[in-house]
Amino acid sequence: MSATTLSPPRPLAWIGAQPLAVLLAFAVLALVVSWSAAPSLFSSHDPFLGLTAQKLLPPSATNWFGTDHLGRDLYARVVQGTWSSVTSALIATLIGLAIGGLLGLASGFLGGWVDTVIGRLIDMLLAIPNFLLAVVIVSAFGFQTINVAVATGVASVAVFARLMRSEVMKTSTAVFVEASVLVGGRAAHVLLRHVLPNAYRSVVALAVLQFGTSILTIAGLAFLGYGDPPPAADWGLLVANGKDYPSSPWLVFAPATVIVVTVLAINRISRWIRHAA
Amino acid sequence: MAGAGALKAEASGGMPPLLRRLLQVVPVLFGIATLNFLILQLAPGDVVDVLAGEAGAATPETMAELRRSFGLDQPVWLQYLRYLGQLASLDLGHSYRLNLPVRELILTRLPPTLLLMVSALLLAILLGSLAGILSARRVGGWLDTVVSGVTLLSYAVPTFWLGLMAIVLFSARLGWLPSGGMLTIGAGHSGWALLRDIAAHLVLPAVTLSTFYLAVYARLVRSAMLELHGADFIRTARAKGAGEWRITINHAFRNALLPMVTMAGYQAASLLSGAVLVETVFSWPGLGRLAYEAIRTRDLNLLLGILFFSSILVVIVNIAIDRLYGLVDPRVAPGASRA
Repeated sequence: MSATTLSPPRPLAWIGAQPLAVLLAFAVLALVVSWSAAPSLFSSHDPFLGLTAQKLLPPSATNWFGTDHLGRDLYARVVQGTWSSVTSALIATLIGLAIGGLLGLASGFLGGWVDTVIGRLIDMLLAIPNFLLAVVIVSAFGFQTINVAVATGVASVAVFARLMRSEVMKTSTAVFVEASVLVGGRAAHVLLRHVLPNAYRSVVALAVLQFGTSILTIAGLAFLGYGDPPPAADWGLLVANGKDYPSSPWLVFAPATVIVVTVLAINRISRWIRHAA
Repeated sequence: MAGAGALKAEASGGMPPLLRRLLQVVPVLFGIATLNFLILQLAPGDVVDVLAGEAGAATPETMAELRRSFGLDQPVWLQYLRYLGQLASLDLGHSYRLNLPVRELILTRLPPTLLLMVSALLLAILLGSLAGILSARRVGGWLDTVVSGVTLLSYAVPTFWLGLMAIVLFSARLGWLPSGGMLTIGAGHSGWALLRDIAAHLVLPAVTLSTFYLAVYARLVRSAMLELHGADFIRTARAKGAGEWRITINHAFRNALLPMVTMAGYQAASLLSGAVLVETVFSWPGLGRLAYEAIRTRDLNLLLGILFFSSILVVIVNIAIDRLYGLVDPRVAPGASRA
C-alpha cells in the first residue's frame, strides 16, 4: 500500500507520525494523571510518616527526591500532592470552559442586546486582576482546595468567553452557515451542526493551555498558603516549605521541576491541538 | 467616510472622545462594585463576627450594637446602595485590623507597585523586542532556537520559584544584590545614594516579574517582523538603498508597535496579579504585599478595596493605551480621516 492511498489511517501509524515531543508530552500527562488517580501505586513510602533519623537526606535510590525536614519522602509527597495540584486545575478549567463558553456562545450567536450585555460583562471581568480575584474568593469562602479550584475557574471565565465569542462570530458569518440558515435550518441545528464544529478547535486548544496556567495559578495560591493546610502536599506548598531549608536545595527543586515539566507538556499538547490538521 | 464619522460624533452628543470613553467605563466599575458586594454578602460571617473573635468574647447585645453601628441590620438593598455611594465618593471603607482607612493604606503602597510594574514592563518591552528582532533576522539560527526555547520555558516556570532562585543565586551565593525590601533599613540614604539603593533593590523583583512578559513580546515581535517579510514597502526601502538595520527599525519594527501596545493593555491586569507573588517573595512594600498581609490577617475589607482599586487602575491604563494608539499609528488616531 503506497503512502498516497486514501485508506483510513491506522491508529499505530498515526501515532508514529506525531512528533516525538508530543508523544513525550502525552506520556508526562499520563504519568501525572496516574499519580493523581492512584498515588499509593507509585510510591512505597508513606507521604505523612516522618522518620526524624532520616531528615533532609539528599536524593538517593530509596528516596528519589530526598527527604524533608521531618524525614518524609519528598517523592511520595509530590505524588500525594498531585490530586490537589492537578485535579483542582482541571476542575478550574472545566468551570471556566463551561461558563465562559456558554457566555461566549450566547453572545456571539444571538448578537443584539444579549451581546451588548455579555460584552460589558466580559470587559468588566477582564479588568479584574484574576489572581487577586482568586485570592479574594478564597479568603472570603475559606482555605480549601475546592474553593481554590472554583476561584481559579471563575477568574478564567472572561478569557474563554472572549475567544468563544470571536470564534462563533467568525463562523456565523461564513457563507456555508448563511446558506444553512437560508435553506431553513433551525437555530439549534445550525449551531450544533455548523457553528460549533468549526469553532471548537481553538477553544479546546485554549482550554488545554488554560489547564497549564491554572496549575501555575494554583501552585501560586498554595505557595501563599492557600489550599489545604499542612500536612497537605500541594506542589506550591512544597516549594514554600522547602525554601526555609536553603542547604537542602532539592526540597525546592524537585517539586518545582515537576510543575515546570507538567506545564511544558500541557503547553506542547495545546500547540499540537491548535496546529494538527 | 468623513460623513459617517460626523454622524457618529453627533449621535453621541458631540462629546470629546476621551469623555465618551470615560462614560463607557461607568458600567464596568459598577459591575466590579456589585461583584465586590456579592462576595462580601456571600462570605460566611461578617465584620462583627471577626471583631468578636478578635476580642475573644462578646455578648449578643454588644454584637447587635456593633451591627447597628455598621449598618449591618438594614435590608440588603439598602446596604448595597450605601456601598455604591461609598465607592462613588472613593471611600473604600475601613480596615478594622489596621484601624486605618483602606484608601489611605492603598495610596501609600501604590508608588512602589507602580515603580515595579513600570520597570518590569519597560524591561520586557525593550529586551523582548530586541530578542524578537534578532531572532526574526535569522529564522532557525542558533539565536532563534535559544530565544524560542527560553520563551517556551518561561511560559511554564512559576514566577515565585523564579524569584526564589534569583534570591538564592544573586543574593545568597554571589552577594551582588539585596534579597528583599525596597530600602536598606537604617542606612538613612538621601539623594543619589537613595536612588541607587532603591535601584539595587528593584533589579531582582523587576527582572523576575518581567520574564514572562519578555517572552510574550519576543514572540509577538518575531512573528510581526516575519509577517512583513517581503512586503512591498520593505522592498521599496531596500531598493532605495536603506541599510538593513534602518529597514528593520524604521520600517518593519514600527509596524510591530501596534500589536505590542494592544498586548500591553491586556497585560495591565495580569501584571498586577503577578505583582502579588513577586512582592511577597521579595518583601517589596507594594499593593501585592499589602494584599498578602490582608490575606494573613483575613482583612476582607482591605482585600476588596485592593481588588476594586486595582481594577480601576487597569481601566485607567487601558484608556491611556487607547490614547497611545494614535501616537503609535496615525492611521487609527481618533481624528484621522479614513480613506
